[in-house]
Amino acid sequence: MSRPRSTTEGRLTQIVLIVLALAFLGVFLLLPLIVVFSEALKQGLGPFLDAVHTPDALAAIKLTLLIAAISVPLNMVFGVAASWAITKFHFPGKSLLITLIDLPFSVSPVVSGLIFVLLFGAQGWFGPWLAAHDLKIIFAVPGIVLATVFITFPFVARELIPLMMEQGKDDEEAAVSLGANGWQVFRHVTLPNIRWGLLYGVLLCNARAMGEFGAVSVVSGHIRGLTNTMPLHVEILYNEYDFVGAFAVASLLALLALVTLVAKTILEWRFDLHHTGAGH
Amino acid sequence: MIKVQNVTKRFGDFAALRDIDLEVRPGEFIALLGPSGSGKTTLLRIIAGLEFQDSGQVLFSGEDVSDRKVADRHVGFVFQHYALFRHMTVADNVAFGLTVRKRRDRPSRAAIAARAEELLRLVQLEGLGDRYPAQLSGGQRQRVALARALAIEPKLLLLDEPFGALDAKVRKDLRRWLRELHKQMGLTSIFVTHDQEEALELADRVVVMNNGVIEQVGTPEEIYMHPATPFVSHFVGETNRIPAGPASGGAGDEVHFRPHDVEVVREGGEALLVDNVFRKGGAWRVEGALAEGGLIVEIDIDVAQPRPNPGETVLIRPVRSRVFNANPEGAQP
Repeated sequence: MSRPRSTTEGRLTQIVLIVLALAFLGVFLLLPLIVVFSEALKQGLGPFLDAVHTPDALAAIKLTLLIAAISVPLNMVFGVAASWAITKFHFPGKSLLITLIDLPFSVSPVVSGLIFVLLFGAQGWFGPWLAAHDLKIIFAVPGIVLATVFITFPFVARELIPLMMEQGKDDEEAAVSLGANGWQVFRHVTLPNIRWGLLYGVLLCNARAMGEFGAVSVVSGHIRGLTNTMPLHVEILYNEYDFVGAFAVASLLALLALVTLVAKTILEWRFDLHHTGAGH
Repeated sequence: MIKVQNVTKRFGDFAALRDIDLEVRPGEFIALLGPSGSGKTTLLRIIAGLEFQDSGQVLFSGEDVSDRKVADRHVGFVFQHYALFRHMTVADNVAFGLTVRKRRDRPSRAAIAARAEELLRLVQLEGLGDRYPAQLSGGQRQRVALARALAIEPKLLLLDEPFGALDAKVRKDLRRWLRELHKQMGLTSIFVTHDQEEALELADRVVVMNNGVIEQVGTPEEIYMHPATPFVSHFVGETNRIPAGPASGGAGDEVHFRPHDVEVVREGGEALLVDNVFRKGGAWRVEGALAEGGLIVEIDIDVAQPRPNPGETVLIRPVRSRVFNANPEGAQP
């Protein structure tokens, strides 16, 4: 064969790498996922449904959905606003803003939670004022929302900034030159240009908002039926040796992850299609 | 009448425009010609209201519009990469300027559709209204961008490198067509280009820019035949530059002459050592080095004359030439 040696060696390396990667994925990702579902359904569907149907579990699910329903739209708006400001305008402190957007990713979630305790807790900066006005933030829903918003802030902005930078300002300038006002430019030009990226960012933001443990754990206070989100509820059940219950609730979170993955794949596919199909 | 007075613009430390004065008469077709970084696009964007000058005024028909935004200046702007809205059909793109009007000024849906169709007919894209920009060729996209800009019935049409992204053949056709359209619609048009051929062929007057200043304003004929500065002489058309002899100028002076402004003589010319000869249109293009000083010079000789051979020496004499001081400010491209 006249095939150069380097390609055969290349193929061997290729196989070894692929096998390694698959083995790694199998042990660290697939196996735990299977364990979660098999543990949850170990004693059949009945106990599984019972575990999900307890008042505390239902309250945790409701709270998680509520938190996501508040924080995801907020971060959608913040993310779009920040990306718009960063990519369409010049202003002092821009690079500082870009760095700050990444802060929630680089800080430990526990620290993020503590920040809010230090600000709004009974001994915190605003503690006395809040107490005087009978407002409760820490160990209550507002605190959990704040922590979740903080943790999930980067997802939308990080998705949009590179996209909007690449698209530049031409489309917006064209719209303005044709007489469109700010809202019309956003509604008819910018938003359609970023819609797939935005949806993708929102999806990731939602997954994290529902799954966040560390920061929420610090501010929630773990009050059953009141301030327990799904991840916190899983921990409590597990610590109480209620394995079926813990894995049942965990399997719901895992299911959410799977749905997110599928939706993300579909979005990426549409996004690519949209992108390459309409290039200049 | 468009008037630009003492306009200056800086980007940080970079002076993009320095003290620019320009007048454009109604119905004129003007080219802003210059190398990249010369400030031509910045000037166009300032006239449009997409960028604002640091000092100086822009006047439309005697009215100071310096503080007006682009939407209030009522100009048509065609972007270099067209900036078509990719998620809208061609017809919706063209109609955009009408659909975003305030309700009381907005024509009916049917009237807008009819107007879009009329504009598409004008730019010879009849029947393509349902397509998306991605489904069009470069030349077609360019014409959609033009139709979209014309929809708001601007008096002034501004085009940024309108042919830059097109291949040579399409470019040539589109140029001629744009010239016709300009005349037919009675527009005043200003376009930016770095392509001198485009500027000379298309424009009534050419504004040659370099390093943020206007080097010369004139008809294509004036610019080519009577360049005012060494930069214009060098940038527009082909030019040979040789140091002036004692007879033709002072120290530091340069003689500029076009390749076709040279004749071959029997005696009394400069000796040129022929290096390469090829046919260029109706002439022999002769490349060689001057015997004195070794400078590379290109000349054109009518094909009716004998073809010089490489290695030969011919005597040449510029028929028409200009003398410039070689080192005034801004002389180098």
